[in-house]
Amino acid sequence: MASNRQSNPSQREKAARIRHLMETEGDAIYAHASASNLRRTQTYAETDGIEALRTETRAIKEDAIERLPSLLETVREAVEENGGTVYLADDAADANAYIAEVVENATGGDGDGTDATGASDTPSVVKSKSMTTEEIDLNDALEREEIDVTETDLGEWVIQLADDTPSHIVGPAMHVSREEIADLLREEFDTDDPFDTPEALTRFARDKLGERIREADVGITGANFIAADTGTITLITNEGNARKTAVTPDTHVAVAGVEKIIPSIRDVEPFVDLIAKSATGQPISQYVTMLSPPTDSPTIDFDRPDEPIAGGGDRTDGESSDQTVGDDGGASDSDRDFHLVLLDNGRMEMREDDQLRETLYCIRCGACSNSCENFQSVGGHGFGGETYSGGIATGWEAGVHGQDAAAEFNDLCTGCTRCVDACPVKIDIPWINTVVRDRVNRDEASEPYDFLVDGLTPDAESGGIDLGKRFFGNIGTAAKLASATAPVSNWLSQADPVRAGLERTLGIDRRRDLPTFQRESLVDWFERRGGPETSRRRAQRANESGAGAALDREAVLYPDVYTNYVDTDRGKAAVRTLEALGIPVRVPALPESGRAPLSQGMVATADRQASELYAAVAEDLDAGRDLVVVEPSDLAAFKREYERLLPDRSAGRLAENSYEICEYVYGLLENGADAGVLRTGSGDDPVAYHSHCQQRTLDLEAPTTALLEQCGYAPRTTNAECCGMAGSFGYKQEYYELSMDVGDRLAGEVDGAERVLASGTSCGDQLETLLERSVPHPIELLAPR
Amino acid sequence: MTTDTVGRFERELEALEVGFTRVRAADASDAIETALEEPAVGVSLPFDGVSLPDSVRRAPTAGDLVDARTGVTPATFAIAEYGSVAIESRAAGDEPVSLYPERHVAVVAESDVVPDLSAGFDRLVPAFEDGEDSLVFATGRSATADMGGLVHGVHGPGEVHVIVLEDR
Repeated sequence: MASNRQSNPSQREKAARIRHLMETEGDAIYAHASASNLRRTQTYAETDGIEALRTETRAIKEDAIERLPSLLETVREAVEENGGTVYLADDAADANAYIAEVVENATGGDGDGTDATGASDTPSVVKSKSMTTEEIDLNDALEREEIDVTETDLGEWVIQLADDTPSHIVGPAMHVSREEIADLLREEFDTDDPFDTPEALTRFARDKLGERIREADVGITGANFIAADTGTITLITNEGNARKTAVTPDTHVAVAGVEKIIPSIRDVEPFVDLIAKSATGQPISQYVTMLSPPTDSPTIDFDRPDEPIAGGGDRTDGESSDQTVGDDGGASDSDRDFHLVLLDNGRMEMREDDQLRETLYCIRCGACSNSCENFQSVGGHGFGGETYSGGIATGWEAGVHGQDAAAEFNDLCTGCTRCVDACPVKIDIPWINTVVRDRVNRDEASEPYDFLVDGLTPDAESGGIDLGKRFFGNIGTAAKLASATAPVSNWLSQADPVRAGLERTLGIDRRRDLPTFQRESLVDWFERRGGPETSRRRAQRANESGAGAALDREAVLYPDVYTNYVDTDRGKAAVRTLEALGIPVRVPALPESGRAPLSQGMVATADRQASELYAAVAEDLDAGRDLVVVEPSDLAAFKREYERLLPDRSAGRLAENSYEICEYVYGLLENGADAGVLRTGSGDDPVAYHSHCQQRTLDLEAPTTALLEQCGYAPRTTNAECCGMAGSFGYKQEYYELSMDVGDRLAGEVDGAERVLASGTSCGDQLETLLERSVPHPIELLAPR
Repeated sequence: MTTDTVGRFERELEALEVGFTRVRAADASDAIETALEEPAVGVSLPFDGVSLPDSVRRAPTAGDLVDARTGVTPATFAIAEYGSVAIESRAAGDEPVSLYPERHVAVVAESDVVPDLSAGFDRLVPAFEDGEDSLVFATGRSATADMGGLVHGVHGPGEVHVIVLEDR
């Protein structure tokens, strides 16, 4: 591992690599991935019962992985009874050796007399797309055995010809433009064809690949699902190549991870219903093939063009053109050979790992990639490991290739959680990324504390975490100090030598504006104006005047780090709004939520903070007070991650009694409070509103837009899933430009708007930098002056 | 099934740009003839009173399959909500005949048009548990977006026509 002092060059290298990918592949990736994401979102919204479907598939996967050892036995019995063979491969080498042997045997290498047709001696294999065969580098292994391998999925074929690697789980050549494909084919096939349309390219590919399929000795496919009870594999394609690959040659090998097994053929239904919707937003894929090989479908020997494909099965009338070949009984015999190769390669260990197990529920639809703003900018060559890409890749790479493979790109997950809504089987992908980041942190060689950050890092971490991560994980401590010493700390942080130092030691990019800390924190302001007593009187007056909801409730406003020390205005606006609507407020000094350490993969520190926070608010909860939160990322910690950090009862109580500020205010209006005391618009005042990513995942965008509408504004929401700032992410030297690339897309959506609002601190900061104007929280627009 | 189900099926097919004809069994042969482009290959149709037109080559050879412009097969059932036809891989060669030629003409009985995927699985599951070994849900035309734009007709047919046989 690089020492802390040497980390800057590697950060610069990483920044350069990301920049290169954004320049060379970013446009194509963005066009495809964002379009798929939009279609997926629309299709989910239009599908009745989509949530029930996701819950059902999730439950089937949980059950299947739980029962995997016995299902392996069930599937073996079923496939063998059907007449096929099952091979359970421990690892890549084991699987590759077995498959090579099957190919050798299928092409007469077993000495029972070679093909009399005079075809080339080189065994040939056609493949349909399979990420699992990418994982084991099957093509390379077969080629080393002098076996010809041709990918038949057009995207995979392009990748194979270009000697490239897939940039997306579903669209492997997503990063390659039509012009680049045309150049590649002209060079590879020595032709002058202009290939100036997608149709021309497709026609050429189909003809070339058609020949290869007709000549092939063996067809290799993956399997999207395997039903244990009947030994049925499901293949899903749009092109039809998997159908041809599976049934044309007389030997079919299906390669799949053991996690693809589900208990029964009945269980296939919800997955078929869901996978195309999540992958591309199509209602269903063009071809869903369910087969329990070997099938009755006749094999076809294209070297014997005059032979009926059905060897006697369908000769209903006088057709008898089967006299030209007489050597070995015809092609349409029942000599089909089927091998199901089930790959372990670390999966059975993942199954035992409480944190990585969920990865095995993945159906490889790529929805997590498409919904990820960082992925949309860099694609799978940046946001990916040896084989897999996108958010879920961290789990796969850590499980099948080892933690180092995941460590390479794991930081590109900012924890925005937009993939959580996208994942068809509801995998908590951000949590997997957090846990693996934590494990990577712990594996770093332990370094002595740096003097600069020593006092700033009262965390619970062991091991040699990167200094920058440690700094951001303990941001509350730094913010408190910066606030206490403001404005000196603000002057200092703008000085060039200081910025250079921050960049060198902590990796904070010097181009990024630093927050301006307030000398008076929100908590101090609240105390100075009279604390809870004053607030009670104000609320009482509102209730007496009829403006309040008269609900006999009381709110504790959570002073998150930024609201307390940096953006105190939105905290003050929240207090004034609640009071004006009849709610007395308290703003006690409360512990950090754990959001900051979670984002750096410092789970032990977050765990400690969660316990401290719960202890600090337990009395308020017992007293029936509502915890009202301004910063969505902190609310998301209470509602999502605390489930994993606190006992169920504690997490449940806190989650139930926590509210996002606009959600809470909307509730007050619904309960009779008078919106007239707020600063209302004229009825259709346009505002552009970017809801925070984690807020959206909590389904809390709608209450804010409803509140704005009720207060006389016409909010238009953004399509960008995230602002790209994501807490500390946009500060980091290696990710600054990526953060700005993502932010530029968001800024482009709201640029022309007269008024722009954002709920998250990060989103606001990012937009203010890019738009060069103020971007307040909605509550600041609505609060009475 | 109900008129609504067939109506739904027809609308979905239209959205998928798949041709649709609804005929009485007695007129099926003519409808198939109209829907196909020669040369055509086909497999026998298991519907009473329905036969392939003479122009369709039965028991095709491998060579016929390569040369064919159209393949005619029955569909075991169809799924209205998605506009899918279920093609069984019979020994007669339904799978290659429906897959290799550029144009696929599928013939399905009106009573076999089921409303949704779930009803489709109600047909499929007992069949597979009974030893049925292959079924393909084919929806619309073979497609790819891998070559810089959406193109139909890749490895599978780029044109599809469905003929629904009215119940008597």
